[in-house]
Amino acid sequence: MIQTVFQKPDSLASVITHYCPGCTHGVIHRMVGEVLDELGVRDRTVGVSPVGCSVLAYNYFETDFHEASHGRAPAVATGIKRARPDLIVFAYQGDGDLASIGMGEIIHCANRGEKITVIFVNNAIYGMTGGQMAPTTMPNQVATTCPMGRDVEQAGWPIRMAELVSALRTPAYVARASSHSPLHTVQAKAMIRRAFQYQVEGTCFSMVEVLSTCPTNWGLPPNEADRWLEEQMMPYYPLGVFKTPDGRDRAPKPLPADE
Amino acid sequence: MAKKLMKGAEAIGEAAIRAGCRLFFGYPITPQNEIPEYLSHRLPQVGGTFVQAESEVAASNMLYGAAGTGERVFTSSSSPGISLMQEAISYMAGSQLPVVIVNIMRAGPGLGGILPAQGDYLQSTKGGGHGDYRLLVLAPNSVQEAADLVIEAFDLADYYRNPVLVVGDGLIGQMMEPVEFKDDYAPVRPLPPKTWASTGHTGGEKPRSIINSLFLDPEVLEKHNQALQAKYAEMEKNEIRYEGYGLDGDYDVLIVAYGTVARVCQTAMEELEADGVRVAMIRPISLYPYPSQAVREAAEKASGVLVVELSAGQMIEDVRLALEGRRPIHFHGRTGGMLATPEEIVDKVRRIVEGRGGKS
Repeated sequence: MIQTVFQKPDSLASVITHYCPGCTHGVIHRMVGEVLDELGVRDRTVGVSPVGCSVLAYNYFETDFHEASHGRAPAVATGIKRARPDLIVFAYQGDGDLASIGMGEIIHCANRGEKITVIFVNNAIYGMTGGQMAPTTMPNQVATTCPMGRDVEQAGWPIRMAELVSALRTPAYVARASSHSPLHTVQAKAMIRRAFQYQVEGTCFSMVEVLSTCPTNWGLPPNEADRWLEEQMMPYYPLGVFKTPDGRDRAPKPLPADE
Repeated sequence: MAKKLMKGAEAIGEAAIRAGCRLFFGYPITPQNEIPEYLSHRLPQVGGTFVQAESEVAASNMLYGAAGTGERVFTSSSSPGISLMQEAISYMAGSQLPVVIVNIMRAGPGLGGILPAQGDYLQSTKGGGHGDYRLLVLAPNSVQEAADLVIEAFDLADYYRNPVLVVGDGLIGQMMEPVEFKDDYAPVRPLPPKTWASTGHTGGEKPRSIINSLFLDPEVLEKHNQALQAKYAEMEKNEIRYEGYGLDGDYDVLIVAYGTVARVCQTAMEELEADGVRVAMIRPISLYPYPSQAVREAAEKASGVLVVELSAGQMIEDVRLALEGRRPIHFHGRTGGMLATPEEIVDKVRRIVEGRGGKS
């Protein structure tokens, strides 16, 4: 007898995505889709897609969706959730979207304690527009708008969003995971599940930052991109749970000393 | 319900509630703060939600999200705040979402001042944000009319799936006048069911709802634009509103003015008529669609037309388009928050009658 042992989650559409080879958006979409299936909330979920590589995410999920303008997904999600608190609302955003143009929206959404979930994909670069410097671009990392590498004297240091958001007093669940290896993916999925679980229970705002690769704009083959993420990004962007709604379990790893 | 003395801003807030709106997203800005303040205590009383956003940019995007669920949603602001909302307004027009926005206009440009003005006419009627779109724009001249138009705006927004903008000036927001609300509010026309709303994709019973203005295929986007233009053509056919003053009699000068400054013109007309000067007025209530035909027909009896605005001359462009050079058009405008006085208008009309009306 043939048994199905692996299939696409119902929450994901049966389509081919436009993402580049080696990009981990597809993996992160899948984790979100699996969690929506497992929690049984697909029928009452509304996603909000950003401007960036995942602008077409509404084609890839089998849920209702809103397409937000650049950076405003947390505000759009706020509107949806306040209008219909029974819906499960998530915003899916990249680092240019969330940490640059949308900094105001994410901080205030978190601070109001909106009962939504934010999936924040940090690949340290602008992808869709062609590899420009992001607020999360690493020091000395080359991008099309910093061809000599990011100069921290001029552009400042990369912004650590999980740390920033977890500094707010309002209860929240804030965590950082990575998507570059199967082991890290298992950890990321557990965090994403926990984030949605808090929303289902009506507990708090939740955000999971997921480190991601961009082989195309980093100019690296996928396997080397995975290594680059681990060696260059992870020391600066430590993984872990930064904040939980009960105030316990707040155990970020110590930040590396700035040179 | 008996008449009640109400401040314009509060009447506007109450009107939204009477229309069944239970969601307000806004950000403080003078001179319209009494609208959000009123709703911040009234909405919780009726089970509604008031959110003070971190900016007008966020407020308008909250509006966009909430409107996508099919609920009635509302915001108010004043000129600089409305400028910040233009991003989301373009998205809402592109995504065909029904929302109601009130702009209590103040003097500009830039930070300008906080006193009444009509300097946002072009922004309101000719675009405002990016792309080919139109808002339905309504301009009341009294607190009662403001309340009535706000209630109707929710129906019009739902009917056309389009943002509706109600523009007043600081006087509309601040003055107190008697207002009467009907006890039994009912929509002015049958409204279509909101099958497009994103309320959850329930197992294939309802097609997936995607609230979106992105169409990367140019052929698809052009079709979308054509559908929008067809909708605006419907508005132009059905939603022209204006009020005439003395249009049935004979007159030498036709005044065209909207909003509160039209009331100043009414006072001037009384003085002129007492003096035997024959004058009439047409007051556009819908600024988009503009009552071009009515203005053109009304101008036929007159030898000259006077446009009065609290701006350097914005609506006058629509009057020129309407008249197509058939009559000389004169202008009287005040800016910076200065109000036109009846004396100024009387003087201007007299000079037009005497052939000294100035450049047209």
